[in-house]
Amino acid sequence: MTPISLPRPILLLAVVALALFPLAASTFYVQLGAKIMILAIFALSLDLLVGHSGMISFGHAAYFGVAAYALALISPKYEAANLWLTLPAAMGVSALAALIIGFFVVRTTGVYFIMVTLAFAQMLYAVFHDTKAGGGSDGIYIYVRPELALAGWKPLDLENPTQFYYLALIFLIVVYVFLNRVLQATFGRALAGIRLNEQRMRSIGFPVFAYKLGAFVLAGALAGLAGYLAACQFGFVNPDILAWQQSGIVLMMVILGGMGRLHGAVLGAFSYVVLQEALSAPPLVGAYAKHWQLALGGLIVLIVLSLPRGIGGLLDGTLRRKNRPGEIP
Amino acid sequence: MSEAILQARNLCKRFGGLAAVDDVSLQIQTGALHAVIGPNGAGKTTLLNLLSGDLPASSGTISYAGRNVTSWAPEKRSRLGVGRSYQITNIFFDFTVLENCRLAAQSRAPRPFQWWRNAASNETDLRRARYALDAVGLAPRAADLARTLSHGEQRQLEIAVCLATEPRLLLLDEPLAGMGAEESKVMIDLIARLAENHAILLIEHDMDAVFQLAKTLTVMATGRVLAAGTPEAIRANREVQSAYLGALE
Repeated sequence: MTPISLPRPILLLAVVALALFPLAASTFYVQLGAKIMILAIFALSLDLLVGHSGMISFGHAAYFGVAAYALALISPKYEAANLWLTLPAAMGVSALAALIIGFFVVRTTGVYFIMVTLAFAQMLYAVFHDTKAGGGSDGIYIYVRPELALAGWKPLDLENPTQFYYLALIFLIVVYVFLNRVLQATFGRALAGIRLNEQRMRSIGFPVFAYKLGAFVLAGALAGLAGYLAACQFGFVNPDILAWQQSGIVLMMVILGGMGRLHGAVLGAFSYVVLQEALSAPPLVGAYAKHWQLALGGLIVLIVLSLPRGIGGLLDGTLRRKNRPGEIP
Repeated sequence: MSEAILQARNLCKRFGGLAAVDDVSLQIQTGALHAVIGPNGAGKTTLLNLLSGDLPASSGTISYAGRNVTSWAPEKRSRLGVGRSYQITNIFFDFTVLENCRLAAQSRAPRPFQWWRNAASNETDLRRARYALDAVGLAPRAADLARTLSHGEQRQLEIAVCLATEPRLLLLDEPLAGMGAEESKVMIDLIARLAENHAILLIEHDMDAVFQLAKTLTVMATGRVLAAGTPEAIRANREVQSAYLGALE
Protein backbone atom coordinates (compact mmCIF):
# COMPACT_ATOMS: atom_id res chain seq x y z
CA MET A 1 0.00 0.00 0.00
CA THR A 2 1.15 3.49 -0.79
CA PRO A 3 1.17 5.81 2.21
CA ILE A 4 -0.34 9.02 0.87
CA SER A 5 1.49 11.26 3.30
CA LEU A 6 4.33 11.31 5.83
CA PRO A 7 4.07 10.94 9.62
CA ARG A 8 3.09 14.12 11.40
CA PRO A 9 6.45 14.83 13.16
CA ILE A 10 8.27 14.83 9.83
CA LEU A 11 5.71 17.16 8.28
CA LEU A 12 6.00 19.51 11.28
CA LEU A 13 9.77 19.49 10.93
CA ALA A 14 9.45 20.35 7.23
CA VAL A 15 7.06 23.22 8.02
CA VAL A 16 9.46 24.59 10.65
CA ALA A 17 12.35 24.39 8.19
CA LEU A 18 10.30 26.18 5.52
CA ALA A 19 9.23 28.84 8.03
CA LEU A 20 12.81 29.52 9.11
CA PHE A 21 14.24 29.50 5.57
CA PRO A 22 13.71 33.24 4.81
CA LEU A 23 15.75 34.17 7.93
CA ALA A 24 18.82 32.56 6.40
CA ALA A 25 18.32 33.15 2.70
CA SER A 26 18.79 36.07 0.33
CA THR A 27 15.84 37.65 -1.47
CA PHE A 28 16.59 35.63 -4.62
CA TYR A 29 16.25 32.34 -2.77
CA VAL A 30 13.19 33.50 -0.86
CA GLN A 31 11.52 34.26 -4.18
CA LEU A 32 12.66 30.92 -5.57
CA GLY A 33 11.24 29.22 -2.46
CA ALA A 34 7.89 30.91 -2.96
CA LYS A 35 7.89 29.87 -6.62
CA ILE A 36 8.57 26.25 -5.64
CA MET A 37 5.75 26.24 -3.10
CA ILE A 38 3.33 27.65 -5.68
CA LEU A 39 4.35 24.94 -8.14
CA ALA A 40 3.98 22.39 -5.32
CA ILE A 41 0.34 23.46 -4.93
CA PHE A 42 -0.05 23.09 -8.70
CA ALA A 43 1.52 19.60 -8.60
CA LEU A 44 -0.67 18.60 -5.63
CA SER A 45 -3.75 19.59 -7.60
CA LEU A 46 -2.67 17.52 -10.61
CA ASP A 47 -1.77 14.53 -8.46
CA LEU A 48 -5.35 14.49 -7.18
CA LEU A 49 -6.24 13.47 -10.74
CA VAL A 50 -3.18 11.49 -11.84
CA GLY A 51 -2.12 9.71 -8.68
CA HIS A 52 -5.33 9.47 -6.69
CA SER A 53 -8.08 9.15 -9.29
CA GLY A 54 -6.26 7.54 -12.22
CA MET A 55 -7.01 10.41 -14.63
CA ILE A 56 -3.87 11.45 -16.47
CA SER A 57 -4.59 15.04 -17.43
CA PHE A 58 -2.23 16.55 -19.95
CA GLY A 59 -3.96 19.90 -19.93
CA HIS A 60 -3.83 20.93 -16.32
CA ALA A 61 -2.06 24.23 -17.07
CA ALA A 62 -5.37 25.46 -18.49
CA TYR A 63 -6.87 25.88 -14.99
CA PHE A 64 -3.63 27.37 -13.66
CA GLY A 65 -3.55 29.88 -16.50
CA VAL A 66 -7.22 30.76 -16.48
CA ALA A 67 -7.01 31.90 -12.85
CA ALA A 68 -3.85 33.87 -13.56
CA TYR A 69 -5.61 35.64 -16.43
CA ALA A 70 -8.68 36.16 -14.26
CA LEU A 71 -6.55 38.07 -11.74
CA ALA A 72 -4.85 40.10 -14.46
CA LEU A 73 -8.17 41.01 -16.09
CA ILE A 74 -10.07 41.95 -12.94
CA SER A 75 -7.23 43.85 -11.23
CA PRO A 76 -7.60 47.64 -11.39
CA LYS A 77 -4.72 49.08 -13.37
CA TYR A 78 -3.10 51.37 -10.79
CA GLU A 79 -4.41 50.15 -7.46
CA ALA A 80 -4.26 46.92 -5.54
CA ALA A 81 -7.02 44.37 -6.01
CA ASN A 82 -8.54 42.84 -2.90
CA LEU A 83 -7.25 39.27 -2.44
CA TRP A 84 -10.32 38.21 -0.50
CA LEU A 85 -12.48 38.98 -3.53
CA THR A 86 -10.18 38.23 -6.44
CA LEU A 87 -8.82 34.89 -5.17
CA PRO A 88 -12.24 33.21 -4.81
CA ALA A 89 -13.25 34.77 -8.15
CA ALA A 90 -10.15 33.44 -9.92
CA MET A 91 -10.52 29.98 -8.38
CA GLY A 92 -14.19 30.06 -9.30
CA VAL A 93 -13.36 30.77 -12.93
CA SER A 94 -10.91 27.84 -12.94
CA ALA A 95 -13.48 25.58 -11.31
CA LEU A 96 -16.07 26.62 -13.87
CA ALA A 97 -13.65 25.93 -16.74
CA ALA A 98 -12.91 22.52 -15.19
CA LEU A 99 -16.62 21.81 -14.80
CA ILE A 100 -17.37 22.58 -18.45
CA ILE A 101 -14.32 20.79 -19.86
CA GLY A 102 -14.61 17.97 -17.32
CA PHE A 103 -18.20 17.33 -18.33
CA PHE A 104 -16.87 16.19 -21.70
CA VAL A 105 -13.45 14.71 -20.94
CA VAL A 106 -14.30 12.68 -17.84
CA ARG A 107 -16.30 10.29 -20.03
CA THR A 108 -13.12 9.16 -21.76
CA THR A 109 -10.34 7.03 -20.32
CA GLY A 110 -6.73 6.15 -20.98
CA VAL A 111 -4.97 7.68 -23.93
CA TYR A 112 -8.19 9.37 -25.10
CA PHE A 113 -8.43 11.21 -21.80
CA ILE A 114 -4.84 12.42 -22.23
CA MET A 115 -5.56 13.64 -25.76
CA VAL A 116 -8.85 15.40 -24.98
CA THR A 117 -7.52 17.21 -21.92
CA LEU A 118 -4.61 18.39 -24.06
CA ALA A 119 -6.93 19.47 -26.87
CA PHE A 120 -9.13 21.57 -24.56
CA ALA A 121 -6.11 23.21 -22.95
CA GLN A 122 -4.68 24.08 -26.36
CA MET A 123 -8.02 25.59 -27.35
CA LEU A 124 -7.82 27.90 -24.32
CA TYR A 125 -4.21 28.68 -25.22
CA ALA A 126 -5.35 29.66 -28.71
CA VAL A 127 -8.05 31.91 -27.28
CA PHE A 128 -5.54 33.89 -25.24
CA HIS A 129 -2.80 33.78 -27.87
CA ASP A 130 -4.82 34.70 -30.94
CA THR A 131 -7.40 37.15 -29.59
CA LYS A 132 -6.93 40.46 -27.87
CA ALA A 133 -9.03 39.32 -24.91
CA GLY A 134 -5.98 38.87 -22.70
CA GLY A 135 -3.48 41.08 -24.47
CA GLY A 136 -2.70 38.49 -27.13
CA SER A 137 0.75 36.92 -27.24
CA ASP A 138 2.22 39.90 -25.34
CA GLY A 139 0.24 39.14 -22.23
CA ILE A 140 -0.79 41.55 -19.48
CA TYR A 141 1.12 43.19 -16.63
CA ILE A 142 -0.28 43.33 -13.13
CA TYR A 143 1.30 46.57 -11.94
CA VAL A 144 0.11 46.41 -8.35
CA ARG A 145 -0.07 43.16 -6.41
CA PRO A 146 -3.33 42.28 -4.66
CA GLU A 147 -3.78 43.40 -1.11
CA LEU A 148 -4.55 41.17 1.83
CA ALA A 149 -6.53 43.80 3.69
CA LEU A 150 -9.40 43.04 6.03
CA ALA A 151 -11.18 46.08 7.47
CA GLY A 152 -8.02 48.16 7.48
CA TRP A 153 -5.83 45.39 8.91
CA LYS A 154 -3.04 44.17 6.60
CA PRO A 155 -1.45 40.99 7.97
CA LEU A 156 0.89 40.49 5.02
CA ASP A 157 2.25 42.85 2.37
CA LEU A 158 2.51 40.93 -0.88
CA GLU A 159 4.93 43.46 -2.38
CA ASN A 160 7.46 42.25 0.19
CA PRO A 161 9.09 38.98 -1.06
CA THR A 162 9.47 37.51 2.42
CA GLN A 163 5.86 38.18 3.33
CA PHE A 164 4.71 36.79 0.00
CA TYR A 165 6.79 33.69 0.78
CA TYR A 166 4.84 33.20 3.99
CA LEU A 167 1.54 33.61 2.16
CA ALA A 168 2.58 30.85 -0.27
CA LEU A 169 3.67 28.66 2.66
CA ILE A 170 0.32 29.13 4.40
CA PHE A 171 -1.56 28.17 1.23
CA LEU A 172 0.68 25.14 0.67
CA ILE A 173 -0.02 23.92 4.21
CA VAL A 174 -3.76 24.52 3.84
CA VAL A 175 -3.92 22.64 0.51
CA TYR A 176 -1.80 19.76 1.83
CA VAL A 177 -3.86 19.30 4.98
CA PHE A 178 -7.12 19.68 3.06
CA LEU A 179 -6.17 17.04 0.46
CA ASN A 180 -4.88 14.71 3.16
CA ARG A 181 -8.28 14.81 4.83
CA VAL A 182 -10.28 14.59 1.63
CA LEU A 183 -8.35 11.55 0.45
CA GLN A 184 -9.07 9.67 3.67
CA ALA A 185 -12.72 10.65 3.75
CA THR A 186 -15.42 8.84 1.79
CA PHE A 187 -14.89 10.96 -1.32
CA GLY A 188 -11.18 10.15 -1.50
CA ARG A 189 -11.73 6.46 -0.83
CA ALA A 190 -14.25 6.33 -3.66
CA LEU A 191 -11.69 7.98 -5.96
CA ALA A 192 -9.11 5.38 -4.94
CA GLY A 193 -11.61 2.64 -5.74
CA ILE A 194 -12.31 4.20 -9.14
CA ARG A 195 -8.58 4.34 -9.87
CA LEU A 196 -8.21 0.64 -9.09
CA ASN A 197 -11.38 -0.78 -10.61
CA GLU A 198 -13.92 1.50 -12.21
CA GLN A 199 -16.23 -1.28 -13.39
CA ARG A 200 -16.56 -2.79 -9.93
CA MET A 201 -17.23 0.64 -8.44
CA ARG A 202 -20.22 0.95 -10.77
CA SER A 203 -21.50 -2.47 -9.93
CA ILE A 204 -21.40 -1.74 -6.19
CA GLY A 205 -23.41 1.41 -6.80
CA PHE A 206 -21.04 4.37 -7.12
CA PRO A 207 -21.99 7.11 -9.62
CA VAL A 208 -18.48 7.10 -11.07
CA PHE A 209 -19.05 10.01 -13.46
CA ALA A 210 -20.09 12.36 -10.66
CA TYR A 211 -17.12 11.42 -8.51
CA LYS A 212 -14.65 11.88 -11.38
CA LEU A 213 -16.18 15.20 -12.36
CA GLY A 214 -16.04 16.31 -8.72
CA ALA A 215 -12.35 15.47 -8.55
CA PHE A 216 -11.73 17.25 -11.86
CA VAL A 217 -13.40 20.44 -10.65
CA LEU A 218 -11.61 20.36 -7.29
CA ALA A 219 -8.26 19.84 -9.02
CA GLY A 220 -9.07 22.71 -11.38
CA ALA A 221 -9.92 25.06 -8.51
CA LEU A 222 -6.68 24.20 -6.66
CA ALA A 223 -4.65 24.67 -9.86
CA GLY A 224 -6.40 28.03 -10.04
CA LEU A 225 -5.10 28.90 -6.58
CA ALA A 226 -1.57 28.14 -7.76
CA GLY A 227 -2.07 30.14 -10.96
CA TYR A 228 -3.41 33.10 -9.00
CA LEU A 229 -0.38 33.09 -6.69
CA ALA A 230 2.00 32.73 -9.66
CA ALA A 231 0.43 35.75 -11.35
CA CYS A 232 0.74 37.65 -8.06
CA GLN A 233 4.39 36.78 -7.77
CA PHE A 234 5.50 37.55 -11.32
CA GLY A 235 3.16 40.46 -11.93
CA PHE A 236 2.73 39.27 -15.48
CA VAL A 237 0.71 36.72 -17.44
CA ASN A 238 1.11 35.56 -21.02
CA PRO A 239 -0.33 32.63 -22.98
CA ASP A 240 2.71 30.44 -22.26
CA ILE A 241 1.43 29.74 -18.73
CA LEU A 242 -1.41 27.64 -20.15
CA ALA A 243 0.50 26.07 -23.02
CA TRP A 244 1.07 22.33 -23.19
CA GLN A 245 4.70 22.69 -22.09
CA GLN A 246 3.47 23.94 -18.72
CA SER A 247 1.08 20.96 -18.45
CA GLY A 248 4.02 18.70 -19.29
CA ILE A 249 6.27 20.23 -16.65
CA VAL A 250 3.75 19.82 -13.84
CA LEU A 251 3.07 16.23 -14.94
CA MET A 252 6.83 15.65 -14.83
CA MET A 253 6.93 17.03 -11.27
CA VAL A 254 4.19 14.62 -10.20
CA ILE A 255 5.94 11.64 -11.78
CA LEU A 256 9.35 12.68 -10.48
CA GLY A 257 8.02 12.99 -6.93
CA GLY A 258 6.00 9.78 -7.03
CA MET A 259 2.34 9.65 -8.03
CA GLY A 260 -0.30 9.17 -5.36
CA ARG A 261 1.77 10.69 -2.56
CA LEU A 262 1.09 14.18 -1.27
CA HIS A 263 4.70 14.65 -0.17
CA GLY A 264 5.72 13.29 -3.59
CA ALA A 265 4.07 16.20 -5.41
CA VAL A 266 5.87 18.67 -3.15
CA LEU A 267 9.23 16.91 -3.50
CA GLY A 268 8.72 16.66 -7.26
CA ALA A 269 8.15 20.40 -7.62
CA PHE A 270 11.16 21.09 -5.39
CA SER A 271 13.49 18.70 -7.23
CA TYR A 272 12.45 19.88 -10.66
CA VAL A 273 12.99 23.57 -9.94
CA VAL A 274 16.24 23.02 -8.03
CA LEU A 275 17.63 20.81 -10.80
CA GLN A 276 16.60 23.32 -13.42
CA GLU A 277 18.22 26.18 -11.50
CA ALA A 278 21.42 24.24 -10.83
CA LEU A 279 21.82 23.00 -14.38
CA SER A 280 21.27 26.45 -15.88
CA ALA A 281 23.65 28.30 -13.51
CA PRO A 282 26.97 29.16 -15.23
CA PRO A 283 28.90 29.24 -11.92
CA LEU A 284 27.97 25.59 -11.36
CA VAL A 285 28.10 24.04 -14.80
CA GLY A 286 30.02 26.61 -16.84
CA ALA A 287 29.35 26.73 -20.55
CA TYR A 288 26.91 23.82 -20.33
CA ALA A 289 24.40 26.13 -18.64
CA LYS A 290 22.73 26.99 -21.94
CA HIS A 291 22.09 23.28 -22.59
CA TRP A 292 20.29 22.83 -19.28
CA GLN A 293 17.23 21.24 -20.91
CA LEU A 294 19.35 18.42 -22.32
CA ALA A 295 20.93 17.71 -18.94
CA LEU A 296 17.63 18.03 -17.07
CA GLY A 297 15.90 15.68 -19.51
CA GLY A 298 18.66 13.11 -19.15
CA LEU A 299 18.60 13.34 -15.37
CA ILE A 300 14.83 12.93 -15.25
CA VAL A 301 15.05 9.82 -17.44
CA LEU A 302 17.68 8.41 -15.08
CA ILE A 303 15.64 9.19 -11.96
CA VAL A 304 12.43 7.76 -13.39
CA LEU A 305 14.21 4.58 -14.52
CA SER A 306 15.97 4.00 -11.22
CA LEU A 307 13.09 5.13 -8.97
CA PRO A 308 9.84 3.88 -10.50
CA ARG A 309 7.95 5.10 -7.42
CA GLY A 310 9.52 8.53 -7.63
CA ILE A 311 11.55 10.43 -5.09
CA GLY A 312 8.66 10.34 -2.59
CA GLY A 313 8.58 6.56 -3.00
CA LEU A 314 11.99 6.35 -1.32
CA LEU A 315 10.26 7.20 1.94
CA ASP A 316 7.53 4.54 1.61
CA GLY A 317 9.24 1.73 3.48
CA THR A 318 11.20 3.52 6.17
CA LEU A 319 8.48 5.86 7.32
CA ARG A 320 5.45 3.63 7.03
CA ARG A 321 3.32 3.50 10.11
CA LYS A 322 1.94 0.18 11.21
CA ASN A 323 -1.67 -0.13 10.16
CA ARG A 324 -3.97 -0.83 12.98
CA PRO A 325 -6.81 -3.21 12.10
CA GLY A 326 -9.66 -1.25 10.64
CA GLU A 327 -7.50 1.67 9.72
CA ILE A 328 -7.41 2.58 6.09
CA PRO A 329 -4.04 1.65 4.65
CA MET B 1 -44.24 -18.30 -3.16
CA SER B 2 -43.62 -14.56 -3.40
CA GLU B 3 -43.94 -12.48 -6.52
CA ALA B 4 -41.02 -12.33 -8.94
CA ILE B 5 -38.55 -9.58 -8.00
CA LEU B 6 -36.86 -9.69 -11.39
CA GLN B 7 -38.51 -10.34 -14.69
CA ALA B 8 -36.74 -10.48 -18.03
CA ARG B 9 -38.85 -10.61 -21.16
CA ASN B 10 -37.54 -11.51 -24.61
CA LEU B 11 -34.03 -10.29 -23.90
CA CYS B 12 -31.68 -10.13 -26.87
CA LYS B 13 -28.06 -9.08 -27.12
CA ARG B 14 -26.46 -8.95 -30.53
CA PHE B 15 -22.78 -8.35 -31.19
CA GLY B 16 -22.81 -7.57 -34.89
CA GLY B 17 -24.32 -10.64 -36.53
CA LEU B 18 -23.93 -12.84 -33.46
CA ALA B 19 -26.89 -13.17 -31.12
CA ALA B 20 -25.17 -13.94 -27.83
CA VAL B 21 -28.48 -13.81 -25.99
CA ASP B 22 -31.49 -14.61 -28.14
CA ASP B 23 -35.04 -14.12 -26.87
CA VAL B 24 -34.48 -15.14 -23.26
CA SER B 25 -37.23 -14.72 -20.69
CA LEU B 26 -37.01 -15.67 -17.05
CA GLN B 27 -38.13 -14.59 -13.62
CA ILE B 28 -36.53 -14.76 -10.21
CA GLN B 29 -38.30 -14.97 -6.87
CA THR B 30 -37.02 -14.43 -3.37
CA GLY B 31 -36.37 -17.74 -1.66
CA ALA B 32 -36.27 -19.77 -4.90
CA LEU B 33 -32.76 -19.93 -6.28
CA HIS B 34 -32.77 -19.83 -10.05
CA ALA B 35 -29.81 -21.47 -11.78
CA VAL B 36 -28.78 -20.90 -15.38
CA ILE B 37 -26.74 -23.72 -16.87
CA GLY B 38 -25.44 -24.46 -20.31
CA PRO B 39 -22.25 -25.25 -22.18
CA ASN B 40 -19.49 -22.69 -22.64
CA GLY B 41 -20.53 -19.95 -25.04
CA ALA B 42 -24.23 -20.45 -24.31
CA GLY B 43 -24.58 -16.76 -23.39
CA LYS B 44 -24.96 -17.18 -19.61
CA THR B 45 -22.51 -14.44 -18.62
CA THR B 46 -23.85 -12.10 -21.31
CA LEU B 47 -27.34 -12.66 -19.89
CA LEU B 48 -26.04 -11.77 -16.44
CA ASN B 49 -24.37 -8.65 -17.83
CA LEU B 50 -27.72 -7.57 -19.28
CA LEU B 51 -29.47 -8.12 -15.94
CA SER B 52 -26.81 -6.21 -13.98
CA GLY B 53 -26.61 -3.40 -16.51
CA ASP B 54 -22.94 -3.94 -17.42
CA LEU B 55 -24.15 -4.36 -21.02
CA PRO B 56 -27.15 -2.67 -22.62
CA ALA B 57 -29.77 -5.01 -24.07
CA SER B 58 -30.37 -4.92 -27.83
CA SER B 59 -34.05 -5.58 -27.25
CA GLY B 60 -36.43 -6.92 -24.62
CA THR B 61 -37.27 -5.57 -21.18
CA ILE B 62 -36.03 -6.07 -17.65
CA SER B 63 -38.23 -5.16 -14.74
CA TYR B 64 -36.98 -5.18 -11.20
CA ALA B 65 -39.17 -4.68 -8.13
CA GLY B 66 -41.97 -3.48 -10.38
CA ARG B 67 -39.88 -0.93 -12.30
CA ASN B 68 -38.67 -1.04 -15.84
CA VAL B 69 -34.87 -0.91 -15.42
CA THR B 70 -33.90 -1.96 -18.94
CA SER B 71 -31.95 1.23 -19.65
CA TRP B 72 -30.61 1.79 -16.13
CA ALA B 73 -26.87 2.04 -15.48
CA PRO B 74 -25.35 -0.64 -13.23
CA GLU B 75 -24.77 1.80 -10.35
CA LYS B 76 -28.44 2.75 -10.33
CA ARG B 77 -29.52 -0.91 -10.27
CA SER B 78 -27.02 -1.58 -7.50
CA ARG B 79 -28.48 1.15 -5.34
CA LEU B 80 -31.89 -0.45 -5.78
CA GLY B 81 -30.56 -3.75 -4.45
CA VAL B 82 -29.06 -5.64 -7.37
CA GLY B 83 -25.72 -7.17 -6.39
CA ARG B 84 -23.50 -9.15 -8.70
CA SER B 85 -20.33 -11.18 -8.50
CA TYR B 86 -18.00 -11.77 -11.39
CA GLN B 87 -16.71 -14.95 -12.97
CA ILE B 88 -13.21 -13.47 -13.15
CA THR B 89 -12.40 -12.14 -9.70
CA ASN B 90 -13.11 -8.43 -9.78
CA ILE B 91 -12.06 -6.93 -6.46
CA PHE B 92 -9.77 -4.12 -5.30
CA PHE B 93 -6.51 -6.04 -5.10
CA ASP B 94 -4.55 -3.16 -3.56
CA PHE B 95 -7.00 -2.62 -0.70
CA THR B 96 -7.25 -4.65 2.47
CA VAL B 97 -9.98 -7.26 2.67
CA LEU B 98 -11.94 -5.09 5.10
CA GLU B 99 -11.53 -1.97 2.94
CA ASN B 100 -12.92 -3.85 -0.08
CA CYS B 101 -16.14 -4.46 1.84
CA ARG B 102 -16.17 -1.11 3.65
CA LEU B 103 -16.09 0.70 0.31
CA ALA B 104 -18.97 -1.44 -0.94
CA ALA B 105 -20.94 -0.61 2.22
CA GLN B 106 -20.12 3.09 1.82
CA SER B 107 -22.00 3.10 -1.47
CA ARG B 108 -25.27 2.47 0.40
CA ALA B 109 -25.18 5.94 1.94
CA PRO B 110 -23.13 8.15 -0.37
CA ARG B 111 -21.61 11.01 1.59
CA PRO B 112 -19.32 12.46 -1.04
CA PHE B 113 -19.33 15.83 0.68
CA GLN B 114 -18.37 14.57 4.08
CA TRP B 115 -14.82 15.74 3.48
CA TRP B 116 -13.60 16.04 7.00
CA ARG B 117 -14.23 12.65 8.59
CA ASN B 118 -12.00 9.67 8.07
CA ALA B 119 -14.00 7.17 6.06
CA ALA B 120 -12.86 4.31 8.31
CA SER B 121 -14.53 5.91 11.31
CA ASN B 122 -18.05 5.25 10.04
CA GLU B 123 -19.39 2.50 12.28
CA THR B 124 -22.36 1.64 10.09
CA ASP B 125 -20.17 0.94 7.08
CA LEU B 126 -17.69 -1.06 9.17
CA ARG B 127 -20.45 -3.15 10.72
CA ARG B 128 -21.85 -4.00 7.29
CA ALA B 129 -18.36 -4.83 6.02
CA ARG B 130 -17.56 -7.10 8.97
CA TYR B 131 -20.93 -8.79 8.67
CA ALA B 132 -20.22 -9.59 5.02
CA LEU B 133 -16.75 -10.93 5.85
CA ASP B 134 -18.19 -13.08 8.64
CA ALA B 135 -20.77 -14.49 6.27
CA VAL B 136 -18.16 -15.75 3.80
CA GLY B 137 -15.70 -16.77 6.53
CA LEU B 138 -13.00 -14.21 5.73
CA ALA B 139 -13.10 -12.28 9.02
CA PRO B 140 -9.68 -13.54 10.20
CA ARG B 141 -8.06 -12.04 7.11
CA ALA B 142 -9.74 -8.62 7.35
CA ALA B 143 -6.48 -6.68 7.71
CA ASP B 144 -4.61 -8.42 4.86
CA LEU B 145 -4.21 -7.01 1.38
CA ALA B 146 -6.66 -8.60 -1.05
CA ARG B 147 -3.85 -9.58 -3.42
CA THR B 148 -2.25 -11.76 -0.73
CA LEU B 149 -5.33 -14.01 -0.46
CA SER B 150 -5.47 -17.48 -2.02
CA HIS B 151 -7.60 -17.92 -5.12
CA GLY B 152 -10.43 -19.47 -3.11
CA GLU B 153 -10.35 -16.66 -0.58
CA GLN B 154 -10.45 -14.07 -3.35
CA ARG B 155 -13.57 -15.80 -4.68
CA GLN B 156 -15.06 -15.52 -1.19
CA LEU B 157 -14.14 -11.83 -1.07
CA GLU B 158 -15.80 -11.37 -4.45
CA ILE B 159 -19.07 -12.51 -2.85
CA ALA B 160 -18.44 -10.54 0.35
CA VAL B 161 -18.02 -7.27 -1.61
CA CYS B 162 -21.37 -7.97 -3.21
CA LEU B 163 -23.00 -8.81 0.16
CA ALA B 164 -21.70 -5.64 1.79
CA THR B 165 -24.03 -3.66 -0.49
CA GLU B 166 -26.94 -5.50 1.19
CA PRO B 167 -28.54 -6.62 -2.07
CA ARG B 168 -32.01 -8.11 -2.37
CA LEU B 169 -31.14 -9.81 -5.64
CA LEU B 170 -27.83 -11.60 -6.14
CA LEU B 171 -26.48 -12.36 -9.59
CA LEU B 172 -23.69 -14.88 -9.04
CA ASP B 173 -21.42 -15.77 -11.93
CA GLU B 174 -19.69 -19.09 -11.25
CA PRO B 175 -18.95 -18.49 -7.57
CA LEU B 176 -17.35 -21.95 -7.30
CA ALA B 177 -14.96 -21.52 -10.23
CA GLY B 178 -11.48 -22.73 -9.31
CA MET B 179 -12.36 -23.55 -5.71
CA GLY B 180 -11.11 -26.60 -3.85
CA ALA B 181 -13.57 -29.15 -2.43
CA GLU B 182 -13.42 -27.74 1.09
CA GLU B 183 -13.86 -24.13 -0.08
CA SER B 184 -16.69 -25.18 -2.38
CA LYS B 185 -18.55 -26.72 0.51
CA VAL B 186 -18.32 -23.48 2.54
CA MET B 187 -19.53 -21.48 -0.46
CA ILE B 188 -22.44 -23.85 -1.20
CA ASP B 189 -23.56 -23.64 2.43
CA LEU B 190 -23.35 -19.85 2.24
CA ILE B 191 -25.39 -19.68 -0.96
CA ALA B 192 -27.98 -22.03 0.53
CA ARG B 193 -28.31 -19.75 3.55
CA LEU B 194 -28.52 -16.62 1.40
CA ALA B 195 -31.13 -18.25 -0.79
CA GLU B 196 -33.59 -18.32 2.09
CA ASN B 197 -34.08 -14.56 2.12
CA HIS B 198 -32.56 -13.33 -1.13
CA ALA B 199 -33.49 -13.70 -4.74
CA ILE B 200 -30.56 -15.41 -6.45
CA LEU B 201 -29.60 -16.08 -10.03
CA LEU B 202 -26.75 -18.55 -10.13
CA ILE B 203 -24.56 -19.45 -13.07
CA GLU B 204 -22.53 -22.52 -12.28
CA HIS B 205 -20.81 -25.43 -13.99
CA ASP B 206 -20.70 -27.63 -10.89
CA MET B 207 -23.83 -29.73 -11.52
CA ASP B 208 -23.86 -31.28 -8.04
CA ALA B 209 -23.98 -27.80 -6.53
CA VAL B 210 -26.62 -26.63 -9.02
CA PHE B 211 -29.02 -29.51 -8.35
CA GLN B 212 -28.45 -29.17 -4.63
CA LEU B 213 -29.23 -25.43 -4.57
CA ALA B 214 -31.65 -24.64 -7.39
CA LYS B 215 -35.42 -24.53 -7.11
CA THR B 216 -35.76 -23.65 -10.79
CA LEU B 217 -33.43 -24.02 -13.73
CA THR B 218 -32.96 -22.45 -17.11
CA VAL B 219 -30.84 -24.33 -19.62
CA MET B 220 -29.23 -22.21 -22.33
CA ALA B 221 -27.48 -23.20 -25.53
CA THR B 222 -26.19 -20.86 -28.26
CA GLY B 223 -27.95 -17.88 -26.71
CA ARG B 224 -31.39 -19.48 -26.51
CA VAL B 225 -33.40 -21.08 -23.75
CA LEU B 226 -33.32 -24.81 -24.38
CA ALA B 227 -35.48 -25.75 -21.42
CA ALA B 228 -36.75 -24.31 -18.15
CA GLY B 229 -38.37 -25.83 -15.12
CA THR B 230 -37.80 -27.65 -11.86
CA PRO B 231 -34.59 -29.64 -11.36
CA GLU B 232 -36.57 -32.89 -11.69
CA ALA B 233 -38.12 -31.81 -14.97
CA ILE B 234 -34.73 -30.72 -16.33
CA ARG B 235 -33.11 -34.00 -15.32
CA ALA B 236 -35.83 -35.86 -17.17
CA ASN B 237 -35.66 -33.69 -20.27
CA ARG B 238 -34.17 -35.71 -23.13
CA GLU B 239 -33.17 -32.70 -25.17
CA VAL B 240 -31.15 -31.34 -22.26
CA GLN B 241 -29.63 -34.72 -21.58
CA SER B 242 -28.34 -35.08 -25.08
CA ALA B 243 -27.21 -31.47 -25.46
CA TYR B 244 -25.56 -30.98 -22.16
CA LEU B 245 -26.00 -33.18 -19.13
CA GLY B 246 -25.29 -36.41 -20.97
CA ALA B 247 -22.05 -35.07 -22.31
CA LEU B 248 -20.81 -34.44 -18.81
CA GLU B 249 -21.47 -37.90 -17.44
